[in-house]
Amino acid sequence: MTESWLVKANRFFELPLQFRSRVLVLVAAVLLVPSFLFPLYQMTLYSNQFPDGLVLKIYSYTLEGGQTSNRDDLREINSLNHYIGMRPLLESDFSEFKWMPFALGAFVLLALRAIAFGKMSNLVDLVVLFLYFALFSFWSFGHRLYQYGHVLDPTAAIKVTPFTPPLFGTQQIANFTVNNYPGPATYLITASLVLMIAALVLSARQRA
Amino acid sequence: MKSQSKLVRWTAATALLVMILAAGCARKPKTAQRGDIAEAAIASYVAPGDLDEYYVFYSGGQSGNVYVAGLPSMRHIATIPVFTPYPGNGYGFDKETKAMLGGFTWGDVHHPAISKTNGDYDGRWLFVNDNANNRMARIDLRDFKTRQIFGPMPNVSGNHGSTFVTNNTEYILGASRFSIPLPKGTYAPIEQYATKYKGVVSGMAVDPKTGEISMGWQILMPPFDWDLGAAGKGPSEGWAFWTCYNAERATGKLEVTSTQRDRDYIVVVNWREAEKAVKEGKTKMLGGVKVIDPKDTPGFVFLMPCSKSPHGVDVSPDGKYIIGSGKLQSITTVFNIDKIKLAIEKKDFTGDEDGIPVLKYEDVKDAEVNVGLGPLHTQFDDQGYAYTSLFIESAVAKWKLGTWEVVDKIPVSYNIGHLAAIEGDTMHPQGKYLIALNKLSHGRHLSVGPSQPESSQLIDITGEKMKLIYDAFTEPEPHYAQIIRASKLKPIEIYAKDENKNPNAIWDVKDASIVRNGNNVVVKMTAVRSSFEPNKVEVNQGDHVTIHLTNIEQTTDELHGFGLTDYNINIVIDPGETKTIEFVADKPGVFAYYCTNFCSALHQEMQGYLLVKPKGGAASAVNATPAPRNRKRVVAAAVPGGSNE
Repeated sequence: MTESWLVKANRFFELPLQFRSRVLVLVAAVLLVPSFLFPLYQMTLYSNQFPDGLVLKIYSYTLEGGQTSNRDDLREINSLNHYIGMRPLLESDFSEFKWMPFALGAFVLLALRAIAFGKMSNLVDLVVLFLYFALFSFWSFGHRLYQYGHVLDPTAAIKVTPFTPPLFGTQQIANFTVNNYPGPATYLITASLVLMIAALVLSARQRA
Repeated sequence: MKSQSKLVRWTAATALLVMILAAGCARKPKTAQRGDIAEAAIASYVAPGDLDEYYVFYSGGQSGNVYVAGLPSMRHIATIPVFTPYPGNGYGFDKETKAMLGGFTWGDVHHPAISKTNGDYDGRWLFVNDNANNRMARIDLRDFKTRQIFGPMPNVSGNHGSTFVTNNTEYILGASRFSIPLPKGTYAPIEQYATKYKGVVSGMAVDPKTGEISMGWQILMPPFDWDLGAAGKGPSEGWAFWTCYNAERATGKLEVTSTQRDRDYIVVVNWREAEKAVKEGKTKMLGGVKVIDPKDTPGFVFLMPCSKSPHGVDVSPDGKYIIGSGKLQSITTVFNIDKIKLAIEKKDFTGDEDGIPVLKYEDVKDAEVNVGLGPLHTQFDDQGYAYTSLFIESAVAKWKLGTWEVVDKIPVSYNIGHLAAIEGDTMHPQGKYLIALNKLSHGRHLSVGPSQPESSQLIDITGEKMKLIYDAFTEPEPHYAQIIRASKLKPIEIYAKDENKNPNAIWDVKDASIVRNGNNVVVKMTAVRSSFEPNKVEVNQGDHVTIHLTNIEQTTDELHGFGLTDYNINIVIDPGETKTIEFVADKPGVFAYYCTNFCSALHQEMQGYLLVKPKGGAASAVNATPAPRNRKRVVAAAVPGGSNE
């Protein structure tokens, strides 16, 4: 029984990828490329003083505040956050920025490999690893938000109740209305993942 | 005794009656010169959050400042200190501005001049003159800060006929209002005024890239009082004009002695020739600079007779007409540049003054316009009209160039000096509004006691009839103002971190430092909401202390101040700016420094201590602090520019 299940599994992994599956994987790989150009995540902080909003953008490789000739938003956000004892947002604190771009690059390569070798096992490798990457990143980002909102300097001038900024949505923090939304890069990665899964399902159903 | 008390009673009753009558008069609304109120309100109203369409740069007269207002709202927006220390933004307290002021504590700003390209305002720099201490200054309109003070200029006494810029800001015109024996420092009795005293007209060179002012040319003139100037444009480009009074070469009570002749002059200078003469070395050294004497180098300086005691001289937008008026007459004279050139070519002169040929009035004049009594200055609009201010008549006359017909007149309150139309002295004036810069306000405002402000009236010149739409009041004392379309200016609002090249700037509170080298203590300090770093500076009495303070903010309007108690020091640093203060810690004890420019919710907490250890140990500190002998020193130190060294 177990043996036949393993045989079935082996046969499954040996399945060839259909042409349309390979096209989908190619599209998924292509979608990952521009993800470097757009933020994964964007926070906008509105107040009476900043009706246009202070902007913070998180890319896969860096952290960037809105910047005009008259304002440096990252510096301003850190200046304001120090009153509630929040850790300054520093690029050097995010180890993700060092490996994330390479991980995304690796997924592009894995996708090309799956297209070239054309075996189900290659696609399964890709999907499993990519899924793991996506879920881990999601958890890690949520954890960071929690940390920033909870690990507050006890000597801060303004004591606020520890808070978790929402991953998706709006929250009032002191005099700021904070809008947090995933950026285009997150949508691209999600779309890529969906296409990969679709490719897998398509080729898996050929037997039936 | 009895009759005396009766007299007292009568006097009191009369006085009371007079007071009631006077009060009755005062309560009457001032109906004089009031247009349609609703119309005027809409015309000058700028809603909250909306921006004015134009900048007005007012000279600040003897205050030494420049005032910036918006138009049409007429709201005062900012004061730019130029020749006077201004603790409001710490001007004159830090090393750089203190050095620029050079120990002077006032200046007399009369004529602001926005830099020009092809005869139109380019919005790069604003130049102003100092009538008192013979200087010129450059304000950079990128950050609205005074960046250069040039002078005191040699050979110039009373730099009144200044600053007027040539069509492409090659030169800034200047003139000596008071003739004196030259070079400066020479003594000659006043009886020798007519022969030993000299006037000077000049053009100071401007670097086309940086705006830096440097020595250009100076021309030696007869001992008249050289007054206002103007640069030619179009057909008159390359020519400069100045009026003068006291062609009598009189001394004493000038009100009488200088008004005996019917005519004074407008001097006509071909400044390109002056430039050439300097290059060719046709000059003599005077007061350390090369000066042209038109007696030795003739051919480009001429005198044009004008009604007596003229003040302003103005050139029409097309550059064809030069307009000058005797300020006691009722006409203004329009001279024609083509006629001037022709008369010069034909050498049709009627005599000379110290070797300078005098042109014939009838040869060079085009028209005499019957504007009204006491014409001073003329500005222009985009429809071919000229507007002349009438001091004695207290009015503005509108007249047509070419037909010389006076088409309208509006009374102003009161006694107008200069007037300013939008870009009204350029080759492309924009019409729309005119500001009457009146010398007297005579209580058209809530009473503030005898020291009354000046009045500035906004006049709508879009229609055939001029309409008064707004009264504004300014600090003493605007003379001339210039108005520029706001879109021509693109000021920065913070100093970007990358732009700050100050070697003593630091950008992280961790880099703050105190370094001692002998008796010199150098502090690198940061200011950011809501703290200074370091917040404690300990020195020994007598130490020379230098503090380089950087405001590490990068957000608009996050200014910080640094006031040091009992040491007469206050600076204000803009976002991204570094300023340096130097002082000798001569007073022992503990002194607080604090943020003077309100910055944040914890602004009040933004403070630190300067601890000065007394020379003879702790005990003597107690004795030294409140001693009255110190008072003298404090007073001396309170004279800005006098410094604390």
